[in-house]
Amino acid sequence: MTVSELAEQLNLRVFSGNEGLNHEITNGYTSDLLSDVMGHAEAGNAWITLQTHRNVMAISSLKDLSAVILVKGFEPEADMLAQSNEEGIPVLGTNDETFVISGKLYNLLNKQ
Amino acid sequence: MMHFEFQVEGGNFTKAGAASSQLKKILKQLNVDPKIVKRIVVALYEAEVNIVAHAYKGDIIIDIDTQKIGIKLIDEGPGIPDIEQAMQLGYSTASPSVREMGFGAGMGLPNIKNNSDELRITSEVNKGTIVELITYLNQ
Repeated sequence: MTVSELAEQLNLRVFSGNEGLNHEITNGYTSDLLSDVMGHAEAGNAWITLQTHRNVMAISSLKDLSAVILVKGFEPEADMLAQSNEEGIPVLGTNDETFVISGKLYNLLNKQ
Repeated sequence: MMHFEFQVEGGNFTKAGAASSQLKKILKQLNVDPKIVKRIVVALYEAEVNIVAHAYKGDIIIDIDTQKIGIKLIDEGPGIPDIEQAMQLGYSTASPSVREMGFGAGMGLPNIKNNSDELRITSEVNKGTIVELITYLNQ
């Protein structure tokens, strides 16, 4: 499933990084601890988090993640937005809580 | 034999990961096995962030030959009084503002250890820390 298909199916906002909307999503990773993501997320994952600063994009790029999903209506800070566009890694948003959006993503990816 | 050097500014999180990003590009160009690149990127990023989070400034020195990639991070900073304690998963001395960003969970040094073939840390309190990482290319 691509990032844009995911955004459509889960009704996510697309804040930035449109260049990467055709990225394939392999799986999801949910965490707000950056070193946890650094150590354990896999390439192609969609990263679900409440962190809204640019270091999220640095890690997403280093780990070749497909997209970032911000929870609970959080919006990316300006520098995160800029780096998302620069790296071509989409930042998406939802009003759902972390548990709920993680469950939705899990179900969606395991339905295929 | 290739040699690269990068400077790291203490406290400046906007640039954290810049050296790791550069090295990732270089290793890709050199056609290094992607599995090895992934490990090195994790180890270097964590070591780089440690300088940003804890030290005043630091240098990263990278030497690549046909056998291995050696990375040396030398910082000026508070140093580590008890390295064994610092290596423990979950132990951190990071400030509240650093933790708020999602750093400082005490996972950095364990990540470095798990993602390098050899790790040596030497430190002098109130002077600085030297972290040396070696990754072998033909394993």
